[in-house]
Amino acid sequence: MSNTMRSRFNSTVVDLLGDDPLTVVVLAAIGASGFSAETRRTFGGRIIDVGIREQAMIGVAGGLALEGLRPIVMSYTPFIVERPFEQIKLSLTHQGVHATLVSIGGSWDAAGEGRTHQAPEDVALISTLPSWTVHVPGTPHEAEQAIRTSHWSGQSHYIRLTDDSNAQSFEGELGKVATLRRGSDSAPTVLAVGPVATDVLEATTGMDATVLYTTVPRPIDANGLRAAVVGTDIVIVEPYLAGTSVAEVAAAVADTPTRIRAVGITNPEMQHYGNPRELRAAHGLDAVGIRRALESGRTQVAF
Amino acid sequence: MRHTAHHHDTQELVPYGYDDLNRFLSMMSGDEKHSEASTSTLDVIWTLYDKVLKVDPLNPQDPNRDRFYLSKGHGPMAYYAVLAAKGFIAPSILSAFASAESPLGHHPDRRRIPGVEISSGSLGHGLGLGVGAALAIGLARSQGRVFVLMGDGELEEGSNHEAIAIAGRFGIGRLTAIVIDNQSATHGWPGGIEQRFAVEGWLTDVVDGRDHVSIAKAVSVSHPEMPLAVVARVGGHQ
Repeated sequence: MSNTMRSRFNSTVVDLLGDDPLTVVVLAAIGASGFSAETRRTFGGRIIDVGIREQAMIGVAGGLALEGLRPIVMSYTPFIVERPFEQIKLSLTHQGVHATLVSIGGSWDAAGEGRTHQAPEDVALISTLPSWTVHVPGTPHEAEQAIRTSHWSGQSHYIRLTDDSNAQSFEGELGKVATLRRGSDSAPTVLAVGPVATDVLEATTGMDATVLYTTVPRPIDANGLRAAVVGTDIVIVEPYLAGTSVAEVAAAVADTPTRIRAVGITNPEMQHYGNPRELRAAHGLDAVGIRRALESGRTQVAF
Repeated sequence: MRHTAHHHDTQELVPYGYDDLNRFLSMMSGDEKHSEASTSTLDVIWTLYDKVLKVDPLNPQDPNRDRFYLSKGHGPMAYYAVLAAKGFIAPSILSAFASAESPLGHHPDRRRIPGVEISSGSLGHGLGLGVGAALAIGLARSQGRVFVLMGDGELEEGSNHEAIAIAGRFGIGRLTAIVIDNQSATHGWPGGIEQRFAVEGWLTDVVDGRDHVSIAKAVSVSHPEMPLAVVARVGGHQ
């Protein structure tokens, strides 16, 4: 069984190509080597590599979708969200057609490559478009669930994969808020999104805190969140731009007096290299950094 | 949801001729800034719908139909006039052009107008969509062809050149691009627009964009293993 989100993407997509004749994969060079020559022969023209042409990648996916196919598109985060953003807006959403967009690289996988290969603004950008569901799986298993569910839904989904991974899968039902640890009635609630959950649990060890988990920050499971939040303080810990999900969470708990704080990336122009773990720590999103933010009461963004 | 309120009317409206188009155009006002863009496309769109495209207003979703993509969405009055003449929309709705009550905006909307295949306006989107649609039609082994109408100014958008390159590499024979050349590109196209396509493996031709016979002949040539680009010159050329 594959043990990274990226390899799980490949095995899952090959399954979908076999199960569903309407499945078509669109790539822009990146990821093409993940499909064997035999797979390419088997599925003929349904694995389309347009070369390093990301606007065409999304445009072609839009044309395929206009004809009733179900495109799965994959590339590195900045090249699938930022570079062809107008194509996502107009060649997919505005046409009223759908695709599953899958990014790889997350926020810190490309630590050595630096800013050009990082797009922690991705979820915020996608969230400006109507009707997109955003998945931030925390493990390869959760990634597979997200890919399969998204594909068969016939709707627009953005799935954010990373080499990072939680120590275990925490998700119960896809899209539902899960409770990982229960604090007292006055304890703050820490909502961990995707692959930061293991570090959030470590960061809150010994603290009086309720820890929740989701892999679908948009649309968030509002009923589940309302039911799980007990106190008045909510801290969202996300592995991308700080504050991205504040509006979603605020809307979910709008009927209760709540203070929402956000922990995430605040300086995408950090220009800090090294390995992914070191870059994550530099962003303050390892267990030490998250603990520091929780104890200080100062989070990167306060609303 | 597609706008179908006038579907019943269309059966009573067909046919109108080329001579009716000016009357239909005169019913639409409020987008004068795009009037040149609109009239530059008139003869090509008319010829396609009158002589070339296999489309049926009574069966607009026929999987074997030809697809016409107005990528150059600016100034769609000519498009609307032809759609009215060919029975996709009722001529009576033209006079409400771009009003709050009308499905007809300054840029065409596929979700509001029967027969409109893509929503366009922002330049440089149609050809990429056309490549995808043509690939899909091929996978489905359907009969349809895809015709994408572009402009020489629109070609300045880099996204077109991504699509031109891959369409040539993939040898997409069911794809045709028609480029209206009214010399509106900011910096021109030294060597000719057609060369931009030819170098990527397209069959190319250049015609008078007002000559219906030439247009129909050029877009009807057989090109089973390579895409076709036809440059239709209108005005300004010596």
